[in-house]
Amino acid sequence: MDVAIVGVGLHPFGRFAGMSAIEMGAIAVRRALADAGVEWRDIQFAFGGSYEVDNPDAVVALLGLTGIPFTDVYNGCATAASALTMAANTIRLGDYGLGIAVGMDKHLSGAFKADPRQYACPTWYGELGQFLTTKFFGMKINKYMHDHGISHSTLAKVVAKNLRNGALNPNAFRRKPLSEEEILGSPMLNYPLTQYMFCSPDEGAAAVVLCNAEHAHRYTDTPIYLRATTVRTRRLGAFEVHSPWLPIEETVGPTVDASRAAFEMAGIGPEEVDVIQLQDTDAGAEVIHLAENGFCADGDQEKLVAEGALEIGGPRPVNTDGGLIANGEPIGASGLRQVHEVVLQLRGQAGDRQVPGRPKVGYTQLYGAPGTAGVSILSV
Amino acid sequence: MTQVPVAEGVFTWPSDEPQLIGSRCTECGIITFPVQDSCPRCASTAMAEQLLARRGRLWAWTTQEFSPPSPPYTGPSGDAFVPFGVGYVELPGEVKVETRLTEADPDMLAEGMEMELVVVPFRIDDDGNEIVTFAFGPVA
Repeated sequence: MDVAIVGVGLHPFGRFAGMSAIEMGAIAVRRALADAGVEWRDIQFAFGGSYEVDNPDAVVALLGLTGIPFTDVYNGCATAASALTMAANTIRLGDYGLGIAVGMDKHLSGAFKADPRQYACPTWYGELGQFLTTKFFGMKINKYMHDHGISHSTLAKVVAKNLRNGALNPNAFRRKPLSEEEILGSPMLNYPLTQYMFCSPDEGAAAVVLCNAEHAHRYTDTPIYLRATTVRTRRLGAFEVHSPWLPIEETVGPTVDASRAAFEMAGIGPEEVDVIQLQDTDAGAEVIHLAENGFCADGDQEKLVAEGALEIGGPRPVNTDGGLIANGEPIGASGLRQVHEVVLQLRGQAGDRQVPGRPKVGYTQLYGAPGTAGVSILSV
Repeated sequence: MTQVPVAEGVFTWPSDEPQLIGSRCTECGIITFPVQDSCPRCASTAMAEQLLARRGRLWAWTTQEFSPPSPPYTGPSGDAFVPFGVGYVELPGEVKVETRLTEADPDMLAEGMEMELVVVPFRIDDDGNEIVTFAFGPVA
């Protein structure tokens, strides 16, 4: 059974003093409902994702206590992909015809901190200052640059692009473009990554209304079909965050596994994708993920970025809404923000940042600790 | 000053030639660091302790140029923070170990360079003991 997206809604990403994550979630849900032309009482089931909120289903207090099954999801940076996957599968099972996936979060600023033992890492690993995601991202792109000939300038160009795209997006957190010089000249955090090359944890919410595709035209003239959603975790030998050791044997990361499975499920190839949303936790992550998702060979990013291929008007537009670098990362909402952007692009409703030439296929990818990835493929 | 390792069972100490303490799966042969009591490859629980090689090659590296969030970090912070290198050192035929590096200057670090285990001061605890940890430094 096919699944269609008939409504999307977003609470802007950024900093909102006095506003709770649940309140932002309710706003995103109401916007998605309005977009689909349905009422909360029409929604038959929900999945809610958050890192900071124990019970995202508490959002029903603001929407209506209709008694629907509402399941809370947390799966690291792939939380939203997991909520979306389970919502789609619920429709595929035939249990319900119309449901919603919502993500919300409200993080403090600064790098995420946690107890290393909760990640099956020893206490001393945290004491020594090695239990840190930013350091992993620095190591991964530093090795990638060495092995595949990527320059520092390419990292800066990726950030500059995403901030330019963010400036065109009224819902983005960071809307001020920066020059390559400013990006390269900001304080070094984890070589080769400078401060402006990282995204920031922030606040926001996003929601997506899904239905059995057979009934999509009841709600909209422009349904967007969810052709594939996949979630994968790391295999032994992948180079992953929070790993006090790695085996000698090496294998590809979970993004590669999730991506291959998604393309197979969709029956679509990377060359057919018109608009791409990648997890740009940092500039290096976007560069690496471009290859890990099959959009180029390792090392080709240097040329693609220099040619402007990843720009909104280029042949491979990436992170058209500014990605995580311009939007920040409210973990529970981040992946649904990607879906929101792809849906707008495929409907031709992305305004100043609309990809020209009527894009027909869109792609989203999430990656995060401790080695989890999620991919979705959408089409008109 | 009394020197105390950051944790017991991570490296042999005191020793003139300290070694990291790992484990080896007696069924499939994979080596882990630190010791763990089940095998991440074949799921066996027959793991034996194995002392690891003291030299290897730098496989990946970065620098830590800001004070990590505390907790869990317990080292010098604020004005006392000193940037340090971090990387994976591949011990030939054994395992890649994530480790603090004695060198934090990007110009002095390169993938593939030969590295050797050392034990270095980490912090002074409330009782005045010097907490020491393992690190790898370039072979002179």
